[in-house]
Amino acid sequence: MSLAQIIANLPALVVAIPLLLSPVAAMTPVAGLAWLLAVLGSGAAFLCALLLQGAVTSGESFSYFLGNWPPPWGIEFVVDAPSAFTVLVMSGLAFVATLFARTALLAEIAEADAGKAYAAWLLACGGLSGLVMTGDAFNLFVFLEISALSSVILIALGAGRDRRALIAGYNYLVIGAVGATFYVIGVGFIYAVTGSLNMADLAVRIPEVPQTTVVMVGFGFMMAGILVKAAIFPVHVWLPAAYAFAPSAVSSLLAAIATKAALYVMARIVFDIFAGMPEMIGFALEFVLVPLALGGIFIGTILAIYENDIKKLLAFSSVAQIGYIALAFGVSTTAGIAAGFIHIGNHALIKGGLFLAVGAYAVLLGRRINLTQMAGLGRRMPITTTAFLICGLSLIGLPLTAGFISKLYLVRALLEAEMMIVVGLVLASSALSVAYLWKIVEVLWKPAAVIAPVREAPALYLPLWILALGNLWFGVAPAPLVDAAMRAAMQFTGGM
Amino acid sequence: MRDNPILRVTAKILFAPIIIFGLYVQFHGDYGPGGGFQAGVIIAAAFILHSLIFGLEAGRRLVPAWANLAMLAFGVLIYGGVGVAGMMLDGLFLEYNVLSYDASKGQHYGILLVEFGVGLTVTGVMLALFHAFAGFIESDYAATEDE
Repeated sequence: MSLAQIIANLPALVVAIPLLLSPVAAMTPVAGLAWLLAVLGSGAAFLCALLLQGAVTSGESFSYFLGNWPPPWGIEFVVDAPSAFTVLVMSGLAFVATLFARTALLAEIAEADAGKAYAAWLLACGGLSGLVMTGDAFNLFVFLEISALSSVILIALGAGRDRRALIAGYNYLVIGAVGATFYVIGVGFIYAVTGSLNMADLAVRIPEVPQTTVVMVGFGFMMAGILVKAAIFPVHVWLPAAYAFAPSAVSSLLAAIATKAALYVMARIVFDIFAGMPEMIGFALEFVLVPLALGGIFIGTILAIYENDIKKLLAFSSVAQIGYIALAFGVSTTAGIAAGFIHIGNHALIKGGLFLAVGAYAVLLGRRINLTQMAGLGRRMPITTTAFLICGLSLIGLPLTAGFISKLYLVRALLEAEMMIVVGLVLASSALSVAYLWKIVEVLWKPAAVIAPVREAPALYLPLWILALGNLWFGVAPAPLVDAAMRAAMQFTGGM
Repeated sequence: MRDNPILRVTAKILFAPIIIFGLYVQFHGDYGPGGGFQAGVIIAAAFILHSLIFGLEAGRRLVPAWANLAMLAFGVLIYGGVGVAGMMLDGLFLEYNVLSYDASKGQHYGILLVEFGVGLTVTGVMLALFHAFAGFIESDYAATEDE
């Protein structure tokens, strides 16, 4: 393929490369080779996403017609500020998680399963990217299924170490399927009154539809389905077990990218497809999304404080962090949506890093760990633990870390929207999150009975440090991330 | 069921016609109802019938596990390969028009190949599912539990 051909097809390639390398990986009997394919696939997707982000930075947005069938009949991939930003964040994190997976995944699954595991891994990456790129409401459902089914496989792979992974995977399968079904029922309602599935076309047609009740029902179903996928309180119940019992590498992949794609889709639905019905949207955001987000922030944080299993603790913290993103979208001003996108990027860096660190502990100690078993790890594994600490501080929102930028823009957006009570609640929850992080840090540096240093493997801590440095970098020089998020938000609000 | 002559003879007689009917549905997909999904299920049904009557072992000899996996994977690769071919011929992903000098011929080749890929993968998936469930033995499960 010539360079010009590659450039013309970048939007398709970012999804197609991982998807097409997946069957090759499935047939590969050698674990190392399958991993190499996964690195190639996720790396190429990352490169494509970088180029796409470069293209939208100049302010243009374009669309790619699959099979050269023009929309609204054909399926289009939309490359604009929000989708390019989200795909870049996701593919970047997926690439780092894949680098980490080489040692970490093999430590927790049977070597014979490696080929198929990486096949599912690549399918999950490709499916989630497709979810973000597509401009077709039904095609979105197809990608939702691709990513969900492959995620279930990945979660269930944890069964080699702990059989509860099977239950976690099954729960996610059933609850996720209910979510996807709700979404597609909603699409059915909307299709019945508009006769279209293309998102841009829907945005034009929906305000003209006389049967507003049908539109509302359709919107309700679509949102309910996506809330399940994004793991927003109270439909987050699948998430803690899924993240806790999946292999460590899988936890970090899913924690970094899976819910982010669903949150992006939520923004697409609310601010793009149904933007023509501001009253309905305003009501849904103010009376449903914001309260649920606040509920998620507090319930997630409090459950994390009382949790003793480290991976489950981080998963509960994810529920809270997803709440922050949903809250930011709920503000629905340009500043609010931008804060949401900023936190999509930063939370991916933070939680990806934390799960990588916990994965590194689990691999080197050779078992699943809870908090008490982590005593003294800070002295035994200083390199990993320092990175863990950086990501943890970023999670709380300490200045000079990426998390601070997230909180800053979120609070600023809330102040602008004059939601004073919510500002108080956000600050209170931040203070609470110090509690569970401190609990971990205290244990890590507790003098333990045995202080035999563990030999830390570069294959495990180098990917982790990439993310830890990312947290510092975007805390000190957040301009590129903030600008990209700002452009994404402007795209949705029209610069209001 | 190997001992019942009626079942054995019927299975032997039906095996080939089922596959031929599957192929008919496969290629009929171009013009009317049919296509890879339905054909894949029908063709897999022939093999599943064979396994039901002559036993799982015989079924596995007919389609070994590695061939099953290859079917699954190559089906997807053929589908995706058509997409990549479209890009290489200066078209877009999955654009069939550029596959031939004539656009309508290109559409014809494109859908034929894609449906072939779908059929291959669906056949493979059906067989893999059947063998996964039928080959599930409780004692094996208990053995892995003990490890």
